[in-house]
Amino acid sequence: MTRTLGETDAVAPQPGVSRFLSLPGSTRIGILPAIAAIVLLVILAVTICAPLLAPHDPLALSPTNRLKPPSADFPLGTDAFGRDLLSRILYGGQVSLFIGLGTAVVSVAAGLIIGLVAGFFRLADAIIMRVMDAFMAIPAVLLAVALVAVHGASVVSVIIAITFSEIPRVVRLVRSVVLSAREEPYVEAAISLGTRMPTILWRHLMPNTLAPLIVQATYICASAILIEAILSFLGLGIGTETPSWGNIMADGRTYFLVKPSLIFWPGLLLSLCVLSINILGDTARDRLDPRMRKREG
Amino acid sequence: MGIHFKPGLRVQRLFAGQSTMRLVAAGMMVLTAGVAHAQEKTVTAVMHSGLRMLDPIVSTAHITRDHGYMVYDTLVAFDGDGVVQPQMASWEKSEDNLTYTFKLRDGLLFHDGAKVTAADAVASLERWGARDGAAKFLMAATDSIKATDETTITWKLKEPFPLLLDVLAKQSSVPAFIMPARVAATPADTAITEYVGSGPFEMVESDFQPGVKIVYKRFEDYKPREEAASGMAGGKVVNVDRVEWVSMPDPQTAINAIMTGEIDLIENAQIDLLPVLEASPDVTVEIRDKLGYQGFARMNFKHPPFDNVEIRRAAMTALGQEQVMATMIGNPDYYWLCGAIFGCDTPLGDETGSETLQAGGDKAKAREMLEAAGYDNTPVVIMQPTDIGAMGTVPVVVASELRDAGFNVDLQPMDWQTLVSRRASMNKPSEGGWNIFTSFASGVEANTPLVHPILPSTGDTGWFGWANDPELEALRADYLKATTPEQQKEIAHKIQARVMDNVIFVPLGNYAFVQVRSNKLTDMLPTPVPVFWNIKLAD
Amino acid sequence: MLAYIIKRTLAVIPVMAIVALIVFLILRLTPGDPAAIIAGDSATPEQIASMREAMGLNEPIYLQFLHWIGQLLQGDLGTSLLSGTSVNALIASRIWPTLYIALLTIVMSVLIAVPLGTIAAWRHGRLSDHIVMIISVAGFSVPAFVVGYIFIKIFAADLRWLPVQGYKDPALGFGEFLRHAILPALTLTTAYVALTARMTRASLLNVLGEDYIRTAHAKGVSEPRVLLQHGLRNAAVPILTVVGTGFAMLLSGVVVVESVFNIPGIGRLTIDAVMARDYPVIQGMILLTSGIYVLVNLAIDLAYTLFDPRIRY
Repeated sequence: MTRTLGETDAVAPQPGVSRFLSLPGSTRIGILPAIAAIVLLVILAVTICAPLLAPHDPLALSPTNRLKPPSADFPLGTDAFGRDLLSRILYGGQVSLFIGLGTAVVSVAAGLIIGLVAGFFRLADAIIMRVMDAFMAIPAVLLAVALVAVHGASVVSVIIAITFSEIPRVVRLVRSVVLSAREEPYVEAAISLGTRMPTILWRHLMPNTLAPLIVQATYICASAILIEAILSFLGLGIGTETPSWGNIMADGRTYFLVKPSLIFWPGLLLSLCVLSINILGDTARDRLDPRMRKREG
Repeated sequence: MGIHFKPGLRVQRLFAGQSTMRLVAAGMMVLTAGVAHAQEKTVTAVMHSGLRMLDPIVSTAHITRDHGYMVYDTLVAFDGDGVVQPQMASWEKSEDNLTYTFKLRDGLLFHDGAKVTAADAVASLERWGARDGAAKFLMAATDSIKATDETTITWKLKEPFPLLLDVLAKQSSVPAFIMPARVAATPADTAITEYVGSGPFEMVESDFQPGVKIVYKRFEDYKPREEAASGMAGGKVVNVDRVEWVSMPDPQTAINAIMTGEIDLIENAQIDLLPVLEASPDVTVEIRDKLGYQGFARMNFKHPPFDNVEIRRAAMTALGQEQVMATMIGNPDYYWLCGAIFGCDTPLGDETGSETLQAGGDKAKAREMLEAAGYDNTPVVIMQPTDIGAMGTVPVVVASELRDAGFNVDLQPMDWQTLVSRRASMNKPSEGGWNIFTSFASGVEANTPLVHPILPSTGDTGWFGWANDPELEALRADYLKATTPEQQKEIAHKIQARVMDNVIFVPLGNYAFVQVRSNKLTDMLPTPVPVFWNIKLAD
Repeated sequence: MLAYIIKRTLAVIPVMAIVALIVFLILRLTPGDPAAIIAGDSATPEQIASMREAMGLNEPIYLQFLHWIGQLLQGDLGTSLLSGTSVNALIASRIWPTLYIALLTIVMSVLIAVPLGTIAAWRHGRLSDHIVMIISVAGFSVPAFVVGYIFIKIFAADLRWLPVQGYKDPALGFGEFLRHAILPALTLTTAYVALTARMTRASLLNVLGEDYIRTAHAKGVSEPRVLLQHGLRNAAVPILTVVGTGFAMLLSGVVVVESVFNIPGIGRLTIDAVMARDYPVIQGMILLTSGIYVLVNLAIDLAYTLFDPRIRY
């Protein structure tokens, strides 16, 4: 058996922040996670309402209005195509958040299935885990770069590319929960009673796996939003006609010296969003993981 | 029960060991190297792109051509007025126009010390002739090229070829560089591995880092011609000791670096960043190459909707050069509208057929034309490069303009490399093919029908997009036979009209590379190819 | 235990073999043609086709794979399609800037993060703890290139304290190296400090709950001494684990930073190679970074096995 401590700990942030002004085990929500939740909800609401709030069409080109400073007509100014920055940021939020959530859902779903199989079938375990080790060994950004080049740049291919490097962590998590749960007397009992495998998985193992998975999903969501920005930065992101926070920054990066706001505003929103998700992830981790609660308490 | 162990130490020691060795080794190198370079004058330049390929015959990339002019020399060359002049060799022409005799001048040496011989020149010309497009026409008309003695090359033709000297002096991809015969023996589609030339600079091979940095030092035994330097001709006198080309992937890095004096030259600065330099008294912003570049859109003749000339015309009518250039370049000082495929203010320049392009396009008329042509809403796949800066903005504007005229546009982003290989695909646009891509041609390599890279219109063997236009091909053949400038001009005019009428490609406007130069660096020649002889560097 | 060590070491082989296969397949399924890039923009389809043939790109994929594996087993990563340089030589000339900057990042991060994490653990649950932890989450919530641009703007372009770009080998003077390397390293440090500080804090909290710490307290050992001598020493393993695995993570982090600061390291080498479909270079680079990652993990695992009495196999 390969120890997994190195990787999981390096990637999954440790508990702590969420306990700001909240008592361990109490049901009161701390101030910090509350702020994080509010920030996230506001960002979510504003981006969902982008069609109502955006003053302009985010794709409308205007060569005469390139790189304009903020004005009544363009509240945050315009980009190098003369497009309204505010409108693009609002619409871009939809895409970035969709990529974050999409990657989290797809990785967790795929990782859950593969992890359950690995945890339960000894034969498959060895092969699956070697392949997962291999995927984990390839640096996430490089893997994503290569995969985006394969599928062409689109929202879906970016999600798939990031998913590949996230799946191994989910698989390891699920597998380790399954392995330890198998040793529990009630699972052993269920197996010896001849309970069908799907039932065991569903009734006994899912509840154990769910909590750490939710935590993991938040981290994946945050990291996917960041990786999308990096891919755009490297010229391998989704196209400029589908604005995302990442590609707005990528489009604007060569103008940083003359117009830093092209990076500042989308960067600020992206960072706030990722920060909030991470804080909520930490909170969930502390609350849902009994092991953590014991250790911390 | 303290646990005393330090597992991380192995990792650390592993790296520490290597780095110590490295430090000692490099330290010794510095002791010797540091003294040698103390008094040297080094020009540090950021070129338009990083140099990776070193074979100027195999690669048509401009940066590789520029590298070629550092290391290699040519038999003849264009001067600043566009007249062919002797460089390594002078020539005589026979009465019947069928024999050219080239005589190598005295004192020509390769960087390894060997004399340049006629045999070297012949081998180099043959390799070049097997590779270059224009040279292939010349070779087809050639009977033999022979080294008749140590310094004499005798070139016999089957039929007169009035443009022989023009082809031999062609200054853009790819020029007829002279290499040692053993190097020129490399097959024309395999890159050379030995980089010995007879040009004014030697490459410092140990310092070459592909895509990052190349270093040249003055070739001490180079004998420049007596005449003053002019264009690519005349005396290539080198006044500096070393030239370093470094690449900076982020255009802002280069701007910052020239302001702080870390570099002396930016060959192609990003125009939107120039205001940053206004306050800086130490640098000059200028256009070195007045011919500049021409942006163009190319449609795919093989697949609907652009297999229909009426729909190609509708698309051209929808496009306006002003929108494209204003978005791509921004500052009107650095772009100009130009409907001439051979460039404006050039001997063959002629703007026939470009009226709507220069008037900003006519969407209403384009709509009518599109309807009349029976456009069935077939999606138009436009390829958009995402990783090559300002060039990537052109397809975005084209897509927007075409949409306004009623086209159903599918703008597909991809990296430049994917684009370059996808444009070679003859498949349907829905199966990995394409309908439109945009690129640019440098003025110096698009100013005659002989060298223009996009004109060959022989169907599947022509340029990407595979136009099949026998009439245009006949005009190109006529041009090769033309003997007077008047004849050439007349044929060029017909070619312009034909290209626009059949919409072989759409000129989207011309623009200049804007060079930023430290004021310490002076006397740079105003050539389309950036050259580093003649320049001076103050202390 | 010896059996485990041997088994664990041998397990590296199938992993690396799978990495090699994955990398090769992903790349060869990628659209793109290195011959087209080498031939240049105005090359004709004919010229490109003849180059493809000459470069061996028309061979069947399995033959190309076997050929590559054969070279690999002899320690030869192949030859760059673009520059004709050997990949081994390319990597050898480009890896040092990356390694030095990574090392500088690790040193700076540990110097900043371990004290921060220790303070957070010591002041557990109090305001200073929360502040440290919020800063550290923020550290990896901002994209590295944004941080880099901001540093350049402030420290290089405006204040002109440091050069805006470039890299100088430490052998040419450590001061010059530091002047060029400090901003890129600082950029990477913002994310890396975050991870290390969190790990330090968590490990310390874990250790501080152990019986022997309570014993130490009971014996009247002073608080800082408990923290430093017993706590930190025993929390060192997980902290070093983060440092080790983080090192592999840094190798991909440098991709961005090397572009922003124009550092000729292996990150930029890789991206350039991807953009040009220079297959041997990409394969070599991914294999190298994966190899480092796998070996660092192996070293950590073995260290645990050898030294941690709580783990038994």
